[in-house]
Amino acid sequence: MTDQLSQAELVRKSLKRRYRKERRFRAYGIAAIAIALSALVVLFADIVGKGATGFMKTTLDLQVELDGEMMYLDDATDERQLKMADFVEPLVQALLKEIPSATESDRDAVADLINPYASVTLRDALKENPEWLNTTRSMSFLAHTDVDVYVKHAGDDAYSIKLSQQQQRWVDQLVEKGIVETSFNDTFFKNGDSRDPSKAGILGAIIGSLLTMIVTLALSFPIGVAAAIYLEEFAPQNKLTDFIEVNINNLAAVPSIIFGLLGLAVFINLFGMPRSVPVVGGLVLTLMTLPTIIISSRAAIKSVPPSIREAAEGIGASKMQVVLHHVLPLAMPGMLTGSIIGMAQALGETAPLLLIGMVAFIVDVPEGFFDSATVLPVQVFLWAGSPELAFIERASAAIMVLLAFLIGMNALAIWLRKRLERRW
Amino acid sequence: MKLKTALTSVALAGTIAAVSTPAMARDTISIVGSSTVYPFATVVAERFGTKTEYSTPKLESTGSGGGMKLFCQGIGTQHPDITNASRRMKTSEYDLCQKNGVTDITEFRIGSDGIVIASSQEAQNLDITLETLFLALGKKVPNPDNEKELIENPYEKWSDIDSSLPNVAIRVMGPPPTSGTRDSFNELALQGGCEDLPAVADMSEDDMEAVCQSVREDGAFIEAGENDNLIVQKLIDDDSLYGVFGYSFLEENSDRLQAATLNGVVPTVEAIAADEYPVARSLFFYVKKAHIGVIPGIKGYIEEFVSPAAMGRNGYLKSVGLIVPPREALMDLQDKAANMPNLQKSELL
Repeated sequence: MTDQLSQAELVRKSLKRRYRKERRFRAYGIAAIAIALSALVVLFADIVGKGATGFMKTTLDLQVELDGEMMYLDDATDERQLKMADFVEPLVQALLKEIPSATESDRDAVADLINPYASVTLRDALKENPEWLNTTRSMSFLAHTDVDVYVKHAGDDAYSIKLSQQQQRWVDQLVEKGIVETSFNDTFFKNGDSRDPSKAGILGAIIGSLLTMIVTLALSFPIGVAAAIYLEEFAPQNKLTDFIEVNINNLAAVPSIIFGLLGLAVFINLFGMPRSVPVVGGLVLTLMTLPTIIISSRAAIKSVPPSIREAAEGIGASKMQVVLHHVLPLAMPGMLTGSIIGMAQALGETAPLLLIGMVAFIVDVPEGFFDSATVLPVQVFLWAGSPELAFIERASAAIMVLLAFLIGMNALAIWLRKRLERRW
Repeated sequence: MKLKTALTSVALAGTIAAVSTPAMARDTISIVGSSTVYPFATVVAERFGTKTEYSTPKLESTGSGGGMKLFCQGIGTQHPDITNASRRMKTSEYDLCQKNGVTDITEFRIGSDGIVIASSQEAQNLDITLETLFLALGKKVPNPDNEKELIENPYEKWSDIDSSLPNVAIRVMGPPPTSGTRDSFNELALQGGCEDLPAVADMSEDDMEAVCQSVREDGAFIEAGENDNLIVQKLIDDDSLYGVFGYSFLEENSDRLQAATLNGVVPTVEAIAADEYPVARSLFFYVKKAHIGVIPGIKGYIEEFVSPAAMGRNGYLKSVGLIVPPREALMDLQDKAANMPNLQKSELL
């Protein structure tokens, strides 16, 4: 009796300690989640804080007098004249008119407020509308990057050192008059890369990513699923298939740069395919995502209950009919999820593309599988390495676009799984 | 059924991607090479692309050595047409080119790149040798009592090294290791002041480089990020601080900054262009002549690069920071672009 009492006493005494332990254990878990979440919040806050201004552009709305004499141009349809004409002067004159305090001797300082590529915009506009010559037009041009940075970060000294005191005063005046304006940066989504941050865009990288991903999906999904079906349903269990299985698992853990080296050696050096093209990028990323797809597809096939196979075989279905009519449709949600996650991984990959030349300065937007292209993460990498202040916000903005794509793909995976999943 | 359609469409897309005629013929110029030349070449490429009907050349920043390797791999559209370099082609690279059939190459020396040690005009200017610079910034330096032994850098003030130098703490702000400027600074300035010291004389080349290119990490060298403007701003605010950056930033701020004299040479455009200033190097690009006429626009790109609009006194490359060659050299470049003379091995020796 006394023994039992003391036993109960002991339990009661230790109870408090056990509760405390339990609470502490839970607190550790919550702390772990809090650390992970706060890291994520800091990351997102940093990216959004830096990149939000990347979605804005600064323009100059000017009344441009397209005086043929001033531009050395009397026929805007003549290619040769267009080549030699001066498209900068009308812009400088238009801007000088808006800044009353600036004299002719300030023209260089005034010209520095206009984007170096604004004259190309004017040239292209005249080329398209030759009748505009000798008229006055109200047009909108990109401001110089230094002006862009200054206007977006008004009051922050670190961002204004590129402009002189006088230029800063002029810009302030122009902002007041409504000539310098910030608006949504559609240029960012319409252009390829550029060395001028104001003109740089991600359309080239988005199309490049899209083309690369099409090649990757079109090759890795059918091959991966076929390999998984054979290994799960048809292959005999022996040393050889064990060996293959071990190697597929090993392949999934190989660092991605190795696939880049392989792509360089095989596709470019051996097969003589061109550098920097989405086809080669897609092939390399296919090799990288294949193991992921095979492994997840096999897991999906394994999770189909044997009773379904047996029932199908019981009513006389052939092995192929069992696989195509019953196993594959039931395993499809798992396979699709695995593939999409593999694709999302491939979308964020830069290392293997470095070696096959897709880390490059490419201005023209690619139009086909054999055009030079870069991809989104590469564009982020290139911009983040550029010294110009304005590229920092462009890089962060590109990261946001990339994240939007990744979130979209993961959402698609969840939606497909929900839609196709069958429970039993 | 939906599934089947989905599967067929994916398979179909795969076949289309696989069979679509591989347009191996390239109509875009492909350029590889030095990351130092990259910012200049990209600007030229973009201007060339907007000015002419040709598509904009594609540029890869592979480093000078990597670029040479790709360039010398052979003739054919899968190989690059032009390679940029921040040093001259080595004879071994020339031999590799010859071996692979890349026999006709034209060399263009496009200008220079100098690195300065600057301070505010109110500060005491430095007039030092590269050796003094290494003693001030190296991680391990020779023991003052035993020149054969290397010790952790003991110098705290410039005057500790040489009593004629300013009596202020050694604080130098410079670019981070990821920057090309830092690479050349380590290579040309620090190693230049270190490789002749007795302490490293017996070392293998790799060990010597490891010692000579290590910068002290006790706070005397401050890494400032890739923004050279920030360094300029800090120098103006602080008289005892020195900064390392490209010559172009000194020139832009010449009313507020002054540059240290290294090995007795003041960094000027002339001294850098003539290779007299010790922390300067020439920049080059090499053209594969066999590709002219095969890939459209190569000649046009070269002409754009050596045009006065780009490399002249007020050219746009100057505003990106290139130290443009003097006028006669530019005229020579124009002649070269017109005649495209072959590079001879004897020139590289």
